[in-house]
Amino acid sequence: MGTQMPLFPEQASTAASKVDTLFLFLLALTGSVAIGVTVMIVFYTIRYRRRDDSLQPPRIMGSLRLESLWSAIPLVIFLGIFIWGAKLYYSMASAPENALEIYVVGKQWMWKIQHPEGQREINELHVPMGRPVKLTLTSEDVIHDFFVPAFRTKVDVLPGRYVHTWFQATQPGEYHLFCAQYCGTNHAGMIGKIVVQTPSDYQAWLNSHAEGSLALQGRKLFLKFQCVTCHSADSQARAPVLGKLYGRQVHLQDGSSVVADDQYIRESILKPEARIVAGWQPIMPTFQGQVTEEDILQLLAFIKALEPGQTPERTEEATAPTKNSLTP
Amino acid sequence: MTTLTTPYRPQAKVTETTAENYLNVAYGVKSWLLTTDHKRIGLLYLMSVTVMFFVGGVAATLIRLNLLTPHGQLVTADTYNKLFSAHGIVMVFFFLVPVVPTVLGNFMLPLMIGARDLAFPRLNLASWYIYLVGAFLMLLVLFSGGVDTGWTFYTPFSSKASHTNVLPAVTAIVIAGFSSIFTGLNFVVTVHRLRAPGLTWFRLPLFVWSLYSTSIIMLLATPVLAMLFVLLAIERLWGVGIFDPALDGDPLLFQHLFWFYSHPAVYIMILPGMGIVSEILPCFSRKNIFGYQFIAFSSISIAVIGFLVWGHHMFVAGESVYAALVFSLLSYLVAVPSAIKVFNWTATLYKGSVSFQTPMLFALGFIGLFTIGGLTGLMLAALGLNIHVHDTYFIVAHFHFIMVGGMVMGYMAGLHYWWPKMTGKMYSEWWARLSALIIFVGFILTFMPQFILGYLGMPRRYHVYPAEFQVLNVLSTAGASILGVGYLLPFAYLIASLFGRTRSGPNPWAATGLEWQTPSPPPPQNFLVTPHVTCGPYEYALSSEGDHASS
Ligand SMILES: [Cu+2]
Ligand SMILES: [Cu+2]
Repeated sequence: MGTQMPLFPEQASTAASKVDTLFLFLLALTGSVAIGVTVMIVFYTIRYRRRDDSLQPPRIMGSLRLESLWSAIPLVIFLGIFIWGAKLYYSMASAPENALEIYVVGKQWMWKIQHPEGQREINELHVPMGRPVKLTLTSEDVIHDFFVPAFRTKVDVLPGRYVHTWFQATQPGEYHLFCAQYCGTNHAGMIGKIVVQTPSDYQAWLNSHAEGSLALQGRKLFLKFQCVTCHSADSQARAPVLGKLYGRQVHLQDGSSVVADDQYIRESILKPEARIVAGWQPIMPTFQGQVTEEDILQLLAFIKALEPGQTPERTEEATAPTKNSLTP
Repeated sequence: MTTLTTPYRPQAKVTETTAENYLNVAYGVKSWLLTTDHKRIGLLYLMSVTVMFFVGGVAATLIRLNLLTPHGQLVTADTYNKLFSAHGIVMVFFFLVPVVPTVLGNFMLPLMIGARDLAFPRLNLASWYIYLVGAFLMLLVLFSGGVDTGWTFYTPFSSKASHTNVLPAVTAIVIAGFSSIFTGLNFVVTVHRLRAPGLTWFRLPLFVWSLYSTSIIMLLATPVLAMLFVLLAIERLWGVGIFDPALDGDPLLFQHLFWFYSHPAVYIMILPGMGIVSEILPCFSRKNIFGYQFIAFSSISIAVIGFLVWGHHMFVAGESVYAALVFSLLSYLVAVPSAIKVFNWTATLYKGSVSFQTPMLFALGFIGLFTIGGLTGLMLAALGLNIHVHDTYFIVAHFHFIMVGGMVMGYMAGLHYWWPKMTGKMYSEWWARLSALIIFVGFILTFMPQFILGYLGMPRRYHVYPAEFQVLNVLSTAGASILGVGYLLPFAYLIASLFGRTRSGPNPWAATGLEWQTPSPPPPQNFLVTPHVTCGPYEYALSSEGDHASS
């Protein structure tokens, strides 16, 4: 982030050079077309400038051959560019399996970040070099956009749903993080930095900021909100047990089924009646307004990590949350 | 017709000095405010859109001045946000969309097809009043606190977070939209019903083809924008969940509907400019246009395919990979007809007899800048690359090349081409050429640095920015001040021409179009004798007079 004037952005991710290759190719291609057209126009206008008012230009109406030529050739070139761009987009769309998953919540006007081991940051994101990092992002209010020019990644961060992006950093250093979707007064101030560290530096940073893993914090919330009174592993359970739920097919009351992913679990917390699991009563209250987006991400981390038999014990003195006790 | 000219020689002698024309037929405010003459209505529009252009221009000036320093010292963040919103809203909805159809189209369309007026003259006047109400309301909004949503009004920011005049602003846009719908309707019916005898579809001037395509888009797309803003109002007023996810709405629905109008609107804003260029090139190179039917059909196919590419504004907004693929592919298809036009324009110059009067300079500028705008569009449609440049200054530069480098250049070309027809007076050629040059240079200097800024990663709509972007921003502001001078000049010399003595005569460019076969300014009924058309619109190569039209 020097203060001298750069003309080309830094390349700090595996995607950056691929995007730049496509860009430079297109720059060369479109540049030569632009220069070609300009040269033709300048040449024609000078070569055929009016010298003699009485000169009668020929009556040329057009040429089917030329028309087909300059329709077909651009079309073929365009299709080529389309395929190249689409392949690149596709390769940037889904993160590799082994990616480190980090959660991001945007709000007017800051970025709140949670690492899987519980570390939190605001407007700063520490990531290790050389390892794919998958971001799961959501917004608390309006639409924002998580844009890291040095990585050539950008994704709109929407309220009410999760979006994903991923990158693999290649160069240690500090890089701009910009909000690229206009979000109100301080949109231009919704910026931060990405700190790329070597794996050992990153580990040292993690250790110095340890707070207990995200799943552990989610477990605390699971107990705090009394989820366990119904979602218990014993015979009196009034709701499905959540061990090994994540990523499984769930059969619903209306006969359909759904994969229990981030989006579904989030919806089940905020709008439990929306999709009821087959065989259970719609008794769960909504937790809308009770939990923050960050809380939900912690609960998600807990549910993801939950193995069968690890559901916390139910404590008898606790009363189950009911629709009346929780609905605001 | 009675007044055909010798090709190549601007007429000095005029015959109609004492004759009745649309300007001297009646005097007084009432004769203007209650007129149903399309020519007078065209001038009313000219004055109103010019006012709006200067309002939008003032906002642009303040934006560029604020960006001279990285810390945004001129205005506060909120003011800045209101300025770029005002600039976008005014320029798009109150200048670029209406300008060519309502000023030049209104004035020229009946003349170019040999009609006495548009099909519905009173509806035409009503359109102007509706536009005026919309524009007036918009100015009221701007001067009573403004609006800070950007011209895109994305939800849920506009529906719940913004505390500015969102509803009055969208109301103003909806009102102005109805003016567009009526104009489009009027033009479509006029082209179908009021063509002069012998004026078949393939003898229509290409400007008429482009107005026709534009009108179809106006008719079909504008109602969607109106519906969208009604839905936005319902959510904002009564909290009905349509776009806000907290109310079970879907913010992407807003974007889909918005771009379903606003992408075709891009073609509302460029097709008429393409039509103007297609008139001017043949005239100033004394040639038939190359590939008439291909240019005509490319306008139609742009209008049709243009309805199917809106999702290319949403590649990073959360649409599915599958949708992104389809919209990217369709965007490449819609680029083909534009490419066809550029090649045909270039080929028209071949073996011509090219002269460089002001309209031609603007038209050549249009081709150059539009080509750059179109080619950078190819980059934007490439999915993997779009991710990086989306919502940065790269986009800002791209659409200004199309909208300003293209459409405003095209409008200036048309205004200078038809000014003598509209007023009967000729402006100072020297000053006009100078302004064409200044606008071209100023434009390049303003927007070229923005491509670099965008690729470096500077997001749009930023009130402050990191210091390393300053040099390019200063360059851009310097260019904008040159551009500003370029736009003020025509204002001065065009008005001066009205008081000057240089009469243009009926056909100063020795052009073949029907509009030139009647006195300047035209008589109230347009033609003294109904023209009969016997050949295509650009028969500059047929030497003898009267080949084009006869009475
Ligand atoms: Cu923002
Ligand atoms: Cu578009």
